[in-house]
Amino acid sequence: MPSGSRPATDPARARFRARLARWMYLVPAAAYLLMFFGYPIVKNIMMSFQQYTTTTFYTGAAPFVGLRNYAEILASDLFSKALLTTALFTAGSIVGQFVLGLAFALFFQRRFPLGGFLRSLLLLPWLLPLVASGTTWRWMLDPDTGVVNTALRGLHLSSSGIPWLTGTSQALVSVILINIWVGIPFNTAILYAGLQDIPTHLYEAAKLDGAGPLASFRHVTWPLLRPVVGVVLVLGVVYTVKVLDLVLVVTGGGPAGATETLATRSYELSFQQFEFGRGAAMSNVLIVLSLAFALVYLRANRRARNG
Amino acid sequence: MKRAPGRGWPSTVVGIVLLALMLFPVYWMVNASLQPAGNTLQGGWFPFPPDRSGYVTALRDQGRNLVTSLVVALGSVALSLGLAAPAAYALARFRLRGTNLLLFGILITQMVPGIVVANALYSAYHDLGLLNSSLGLILADSTAGIPFAIIILRSFMQSIPREIIEAARVDGAGGLRVFRSVVLPLSTNALITAGVFTFLFAWSDFLFALTLTTTQTVRPITLGIYQYLGAHTNQWNAVMATAVLASVPAAVLLVIAQRQVAAGATGGAVK
Repeated sequence: MPSGSRPATDPARARFRARLARWMYLVPAAAYLLMFFGYPIVKNIMMSFQQYTTTTFYTGAAPFVGLRNYAEILASDLFSKALLTTALFTAGSIVGQFVLGLAFALFFQRRFPLGGFLRSLLLLPWLLPLVASGTTWRWMLDPDTGVVNTALRGLHLSSSGIPWLTGTSQALVSVILINIWVGIPFNTAILYAGLQDIPTHLYEAAKLDGAGPLASFRHVTWPLLRPVVGVVLVLGVVYTVKVLDLVLVVTGGGPAGATETLATRSYELSFQQFEFGRGAAMSNVLIVLSLAFALVYLRANRRARNG
Repeated sequence: MKRAPGRGWPSTVVGIVLLALMLFPVYWMVNASLQPAGNTLQGGWFPFPPDRSGYVTALRDQGRNLVTSLVVALGSVALSLGLAAPAAYALARFRLRGTNLLLFGILITQMVPGIVVANALYSAYHDLGLLNSSLGLILADSTAGIPFAIIILRSFMQSIPREIIEAARVDGAGGLRVFRSVVLPLSTNALITAGVFTFLFAWSDFLFALTLTTTQTVRPITLGIYQYLGAHTNQWNAVMATAVLASVPAAVLLVIAQRQVAAGATGGAVK
């Protein structure tokens, strides 16, 4: 440091300036995060206590209504239905993605020609715009002209075809299956990375002890993969609870509200009925659920680590 | 480990079959886009002879939207890397008060549903005149890219050996010089990873396009497809051609930046 050649300044001031210069690296990003996450969270909380509608944009008036928005959305039959749908959608997606993702990860752990190439090709469904793949699935699952029903008819598995997206009991299953397809690559990628970190000599030791593949999975792979499994599942839940675009593109929440989740309800309240106050209340419920889940997980995790 | 030639090929066959199943929808998208217009019932298993009319219609109707998406996605990459790289460097290298708070904040951002951001931004954008603007979409779309880029870049910058930075210091480089001419060039791979993903996040965005635009003037391709779906269900080849065009960047980036994409898929989560 050529500081000796500089005119002597107050060292406390120089230190302050150095620290300020370091802060300047952080300030732009921190300001952005405050504006585009901090502000929306606060604004949503405020809106949820207001009668915030289209007229608000013209008159600026958003009367305070206390808990009325919450009372109305929670009392509606649609809420409990949407909550149940969200829970089923999340649970079904996570179980499917995880089990199949783990199966793929274990498969790719073998070394075989083209393995690396095929593994990176598997990422494609996850990288495609959801609107593009969702549209494709909608086309494939069309009851009359879709390829899935055509194939089922050709194989004589179903003569009339399954109303994948138009049946009230089938639509949610279809949306879950599509979301599993979207999520497999992400699960495979992370679980594969986790598997790579397990030292191979442990498998060799297990083999010497006479463990078959199933026993070595139970006693070597699974315990050592546990932390990664935790990360995948928590991230999966946090991301899946708020899925919105897939449902909007594939079913639009229909038929008869069969695939309506908390996220799609929030979107409809705000941007189709222009009841921004109630939409905000609904999305706050979503955030609280997500936070509660993350906290429960973190606590369970800490207890498991301490215990 | 050397293997006898021919070993492992059964696994390759199984792998190809599994991948063919997983990627069937992608094939079907391409196949449907090359079918002639209208005759949805006759859509065959193979696009022979290929019919380009879907693409002609798609480019005519959606060409402008593709350009909009490109502008928004590139803008989001520039903004995300511009804000995230310095922040990641500071979080990785300086011991500042508030670092942990910011890291916690970044974690929280992953839990915030897009609809919450859209809800609040709609009224703010209404007042600021940012509805129906590329700038508005760039700013909103970067909500996905910036936290991700900070996480990726920070974990990479932590792995740069201290000695390299200290050597540059000894040579007389100031703080900003070290960052620009030493740290950034060393981080090229991580910057590509972060750039590829921020591009794809913004390119694939649907929610902000749906909520923060109300007219035709600024319309990303994802919203273009969505509205096509409502209006042109008898022209599936054009709808699917648009879907193919919207999928091209993801496929191209996966091929040319395979290593960086694979790194991004795991890097965001494990750290």
